[in-house]
Amino acid sequence: MSKIIIPTPLRKFTNQEATVETAGGTVIEAVNDLAGQYPALSKHLLDDGGNIRSFIRIFVGDEDIISLDKGETAIAEDTVISIVPAIAGGTNE
Amino acid sequence: MNEHLEASFPYEGCGFFFGKNGETREITEAYIVDNSKDGDQRRRFEISPMDYMKAERYALANGLDLLGVFHSHPNHPAIPSVHDLKQAMPYFSYIIKSIYDGKLRDTTSWRLNEDTHEFEEEQVDIEKITNKNTQQIAA
Repeated sequence: MSKIIIPTPLRKFTNQEATVETAGGTVIEAVNDLAGQYPALSKHLLDDGGNIRSFIRIFVGDEDIISLDKGETAIAEDTVISIVPAIAGGTNE
Repeated sequence: MNEHLEASFPYEGCGFFFGKNGETREITEAYIVDNSKDGDQRRRFEISPMDYMKAERYALANGLDLLGVFHSHPNHPAIPSVHDLKQAMPYFSYIIKSIYDGKLRDTTSWRLNEDTHEFEEEQVDIEKITNKNTQQIAA
């Protein structure tokens, strides 16, 4: 089982669990398994097409999956996946 | 926090703060991160995913709650903008400091109402904050 680190703002949807063990051989399989375990989390991670939302970044270790194989990035039993929400803002101008 | 944001003027500065969650959130530490916005940093800020991960790891490693994000509004009121709202997350407190001509003017804090997807202001009274650069966390 790989491990997914849940960002603090979304832990309310995982019964305050900071990490969740997930099954699957790829990132998207692990994320789907996570969404299956905690359905309320799903809309924050996946869009209507089942793809990872654009303002959510996924890291395998310290590598962004964008620079790997995206959702098809292969993962191993001891892989640590981090869900990283975008943090941005500014003034109204 | 304040010194960094004043020194960042006219650009937006940003960072995280940690402490203890509860009905009243107690902030015990604040960490500066680089504004990683690729573009006009006088009106926009971004925090890199790696800095976010470091903040989460730091909180886990030190038994702290990652309570939220702070950033400055150079020569603008400490009121959330549409850009602040766009990617706002539940749970986090968002502290905004208005910096006019290099000097702190106001501090406000906001939380996202998930039902309305609007910010609601919360009372803020910051005590016992230690400024550290987030790079020191990794060391």
